[in-house]
Amino acid sequence: MSASPTQPPTDNPAAPARRDTDSWARPVDRLSTTAVTGGMDTVTGRRVAGPVQGFGQMWQKTFSVRLDGVDMTPEALVAFWKERFPTFWPKGARFYAPLSGIKPGEVALLEVAPVPGSPVKMSTGVMVIYADDESFTFMTPEGHALSAWITFSAFRDGDTTVAQAQALERTSDPFIELTYIFGANRSNDRFWEQTLENLARSVGVASPEVTARKVCVDRKRQWKYVRNLRHSAAVNMAVGTVTAPARWVRRRRTVG
Amino acid sequence: MSTTVDIVPAASATILRLHGDITGASEAPLMDAYGQVATGVRSIVLDFTGLEYMNSGGIGLLVTLLVRAQRAGQKLHAIGLSEHYRQILALTRLDEAIGIHDDESAALAAASA
Repeated sequence: MSASPTQPPTDNPAAPARRDTDSWARPVDRLSTTAVTGGMDTVTGRRVAGPVQGFGQMWQKTFSVRLDGVDMTPEALVAFWKERFPTFWPKGARFYAPLSGIKPGEVALLEVAPVPGSPVKMSTGVMVIYADDESFTFMTPEGHALSAWITFSAFRDGDTTVAQAQALERTSDPFIELTYIFGANRSNDRFWEQTLENLARSVGVASPEVTARKVCVDRKRQWKYVRNLRHSAAVNMAVGTVTAPARWVRRRRTVG
Repeated sequence: MSTTVDIVPAASATILRLHGDITGASEAPLMDAYGQVATGVRSIVLDFTGLEYMNSGGIGLLVTLLVRAQRAGQKLHAIGLSEHYRQILALTRLDEAIGIHDDESAALAAASA
């Protein structure tokens, strides 16, 4: 143990900018986006929500794939990953990148199945909260199924570049937590495994092998965030689907 | 730059003074330091005065530390944050769970309240 005097916080305008200054997004009260989607924008006006604001158990999931035989630096891989990010997603999920690409502060829109095999898609999004030459991080908005940070990165392991996706996540509400218990957790894992497989194949790895490490960081559920249900894109979509016939009948009567 | 952590016991809390970079690679020094905090300590004060750089991996570590502290019934406080790092804690909404103070005396007063 040692002691050292505490200095007051200072931000000297004359001091050189910190190395991470341009990598972080600026805080925003409410989200807005330049991304264009064919579906609903359920993100604009919402706040971001990370693992601290989630409901369910907290998981740290790390997926990685070695790019054996590929001559690509981590920086080159991350630049390629950012540029073509939507193309690596599994079939059935859509990622609508912001117009200026994956940069700090930008918001992308998504369309994903709320539960595996669902014919309908749930509209949601992510904010790019951090991006540098070797990594970029998304944070989810209120209403997303997960309250999460997901970091995509690349690093060297010996002579090989390794691509990695690491999520720190809680389900956002009790409804989604229930689906996680009954299989959605595994489906979510499979989503990121497929994403890394697609990335690896696109740079020339014939048979990519994704390794996964899952740690339950916190088994407790945060009941104080049970009211996240009111924002839930999945619940809103389910209610909308169930009540669609009644709305259709009401419209017909109004027109008639 | 690597991470070093000095552990300073105080009357109402234990202070962890962080130096250098906080990234995903800082897990061992940060968690080792937390592991040395005496059981029964109700508050931990993280002193960021010596922080040089923090990426999103470092923020992830702070969340893990926060969860461990909450499980142990401890409250986290932060001091020495520049405006830049205050903004990052606001952006990530970590400021809703970590008490942010202007100086050490304010943090220790909050810890003893």
